Amino acid sequence: MTALLEVQDLRVSYGKIEAVKGISFTVNQGEVTTLIGTNGAGKTTTLRTLSGLLKPTAGTITFDGQALSTVPAHKIVALGLAHSPEGRHIFPRMTIEENLLLGAFLRNDTDGITKDVERAYGLFPILGERRKQAAGTLSGGEQQMLAMGRALMSRPKLLMLDEPSMGLSPLMMQKIMATIVELRADGTTILLVEQNAQAALSLSDRGYVMETGSIVLQGTGADLLHDESVRKAYLGED
Amino acid sequence: MHDLPQQLANGLILGALYGLVAIGYTMVYGIVQLINFAHGEIVMVGGFGALTAYLALPGGTTLWLALPLMLIAGILVSTLTAVAAERFAYRPLRSAPRLAPLITAIGLSIALQQLVFAFYPDAKKARVFPKIPGDPFEIGSVAIQRSDIFLIIAAPLCMLALGWFVTRTRSGRAMQATSQDPDTAKLMGIDTDRIIVMAFAIGAAFAAVAAVAYGLRSGQVDFRMGFLLGLKAFTAAVLGGIGNIYGAMLGGITLGLAEALATGYIQHLPGMHLFGGGAWKDVWAFVLLIVVLLVRPQGLLGERVADRA
Repeated sequence: MTALLEVQDLRVSYGKIEAVKGISFTVNQGEVTTLIGTNGAGKTTTLRTLSGLLKPTAGTITFDGQALSTVPAHKIVALGLAHSPEGRHIFPRMTIEENLLLGAFLRNDTDGITKDVERAYGLFPILGERRKQAAGTLSGGEQQMLAMGRALMSRPKLLMLDEPSMGLSPLMMQKIMATIVELRADGTTILLVEQNAQAALSLSDRGYVMETGSIVLQGTGADLLHDESVRKAYLGED
Repeated sequence: MHDLPQQLANGLILGALYGLVAIGYTMVYGIVQLINFAHGEIVMVGGFGALTAYLALPGGTTLWLALPLMLIAGILVSTLTAVAAERFAYRPLRSAPRLAPLITAIGLSIALQQLVFAFYPDAKKARVFPKIPGDPFEIGSVAIQRSDIFLIIAAPLCMLALGWFVTRTRSGRAMQATSQDPDTAKLMGIDTDRIIVMAFAIGAAFAAVAAVAYGLRSGQVDFRMGFLLGLKAFTAAVLGGIGNIYGAMLGGITLGLAEALATGYIQHLPGMHLFGGGAWKDVWAFVLLIVVLLVRPQGLLGERVADRA
């Protein structure tokens, strides 16, 4: 089991407020790793720091053998780290196809890009049907598919998905979760951030529980799913 | 109303000039949400750059040879000034409250005016700019000054080139992405700092084209020329829907036409005989702005802010 991503003692602050207070975790090659926790636990801050949008105040991030904390955001995707952000953030006034092509912005292999666009349409047929439609006109679930498809267009070594189930209907959420399982089976390494702990843990190899900026619990997905404190705090059981 | 075609032609030409300058406001706003109030002065320094090139050429050079060189010099001066302003004045304030870069822009505008006033030879009064000599062209009842031919050719070419750049090139698509969602653009691998510089540079190049057109039209450039021209162009950008490049040109032309028509005809309306003529044209331009902002605050082609989420 080789570690693709190693985070050590990571600290991130917004001004004087420390949002991430020295966390360490590992994402192994070929696995699905999940960060769960309530709103404000620091999960999104962690992902935004990994992709360079925020600068850490302390700690190290090692991705595929390279230190990341000083690499500017726009150079990180080239290293193989793709980020599908919380709230989807598709480019609303561009078409679905243009959105997907922006995901391959740094690639030059036209044939490979065309093939990967078709692969995204295979994964999410609704996107293929609407390829010339402005992305802002899609439903929330469709936008989530587009955000995932766009992130995959860089052929990442590690795919980070921030709250892919947020605001989706149960049916759409199932579809998104099934896609994550499918991607894992294809060998994609995934770092997943979720509030929906039940769904996320049941498809994860490893999980970390975050609370107010710290990791309070870790284990395999199955362990955490059966852990009493997790069941109480996140799965709504007494 | 027998001179209506002439007034329409005047309005179109003036409007194209406003439109070219308005592009600079709208592009920078579209990318960094900054009203670059120094943009009028970017036009002005481009005018002086072109004038300098003209003065450096040996006397007797035909204008057809001089004009391209003047244009290149103007574009160079405007672009370098705008890029330097972005790098040293605006970029350090990128994450500051919005008022800070706005005040900086106003300060920069005054500084550039005063620098030209103080250091450009004889710039304390207007300096003579060459005109394209010869009688106006007569097309039916419409007379078009030879100097305006430059603008009539340059403005559509600039718009076509910009439209092609934004929709067909890699950098253009990166620019659209950056304007719609800068953080996510970075996640795609887009160097947004470079895109911002590009937006300033393109706006400045258009400003220089406008400066040469202005100089040719009016036969002079002066250190204050950017003020009213900039204000009108800003109005045009808002009118067309700020952030939208086609809106900027449409807003410019609407404003130019409104000015020309108001100047020509408003005194014929009942009770309005005191408000006609050139003295009131700026008033009508800004009245139009107020009306548009009341009726359609997002401008003619602008999207409602909610769409930007």
